[in-house]
Amino acid sequence: MAFIDYYQVLGVPKTATEKEVKDAYRKLARKHHPDLNPNDPEANKRFQQLNEANEVLSDPEKRKKYDKYGENWQHGEEYEKYQKEQQAHQQYEPFTGGHASSFEGFGSDDFSDFFQSMFGQSGRSAGGRQAKFRGQDFNAELHLDLKDVAESHKQTLTVNGKNIRLTIPAGVENGQTIKIAGHGGPGVNGGPGGDLYITFVIADDPGFKRNGSDLYATTKLDLYTAVLGGEVTINTLNGKVKIKVKPETQNGTKVKLKGKGMPVYKKENVFGDLYVTYDIQVPTNLTDKQKKLFEELAGKGER
Amino acid sequence: MNNMENLIATAEICTWHEVEYTFISSLGDAGLLELRVVNETTYIPESELQKLEKMIRMHNELDINIPGIEAITHLLERVEQLQEELRVLRNRVR
Repeated sequence: MAFIDYYQVLGVPKTATEKEVKDAYRKLARKHHPDLNPNDPEANKRFQQLNEANEVLSDPEKRKKYDKYGENWQHGEEYEKYQKEQQAHQQYEPFTGGHASSFEGFGSDDFSDFFQSMFGQSGRSAGGRQAKFRGQDFNAELHLDLKDVAESHKQTLTVNGKNIRLTIPAGVENGQTIKIAGHGGPGVNGGPGGDLYITFVIADDPGFKRNGSDLYATTKLDLYTAVLGGEVTINTLNGKVKIKVKPETQNGTKVKLKGKGMPVYKKENVFGDLYVTYDIQVPTNLTDKQKKLFEELAGKGER
Repeated sequence: MNNMENLIATAEICTWHEVEYTFISSLGDAGLLELRVVNETTYIPESELQKLEKMIRMHNELDINIPGIEAITHLLERVEQLQEELRVLRNRVR
């Protein structure tokens, strides 16, 4: 557990007056306040540190204690006392994963271990940014593969010990967030519960590149099929399909497989397209006979 | 079924948040908040509560007045739009 220099966090000297501490806090809070920095977990963390520093430095008693022990805080008798108290407390349980996908929560509102060792869990004064009426919103990430979002399916997730059944909508995109109303923290004084925001993190697929609801893939095509025409088997998201190849197909030719892309988000039975680019393979390790035949084609063979 | 919506009395919110009623009514006047009057009592729909609490935090924690909140709200909408645009563009270059 590292020592935290609260003076440095607020950017004030050790001799700062109460007013200087307050002004410094206000100024930095305006910059890093989570309400002014949407979707920025870093700002959230920084604001948390500011609150903690302000909590200590704006309270004369806490500040005195902090100044007294300083970097040698661990040798203070208070520390030992709180260590014992702490053992009785249970650790905050983060979100746990449902099924095979990992589910990570972030945005915990706790003060640092350092703060809690010095002032105890009850050291935090009431008020602050705690929910006053409506419950707190929770944020979480759900990691999925491209195939997981190719069709809607139901999944049960465990969030803070509670099971939530949710439908993962087909066609959801990487970085998209959905709201599950009422599944955040409980409201206070009869207020409504907060919401749970789930951000989908969709891993890159080795076979397909995605752009909205369209998919892009490359497929190898042997020289003979490219020249003479024929058939090629293509992997789509839901199995293999055979398509016809026109004679004299050029390298890099792109073909469109209509409706073989991703489902369009929130539109039932509407799909994007799959664009396949041919990568023509020139044969290697030719036999003497094959080589001769190519020479003949090239007009260099013996007549 | 869908037009059943929970309404919260503004008086109750004023008590819990220690804000003046005029603060909430001014937000309504500025078009930043939807207010409903039923039998001479002012309510806000539950769906507006998150927005209101955010504006109360700006006011109480950061000393921002109503014109300031109005400007910030418009800028934040723009930031969120741009973040969404950025997300789509980032996915395209992956």
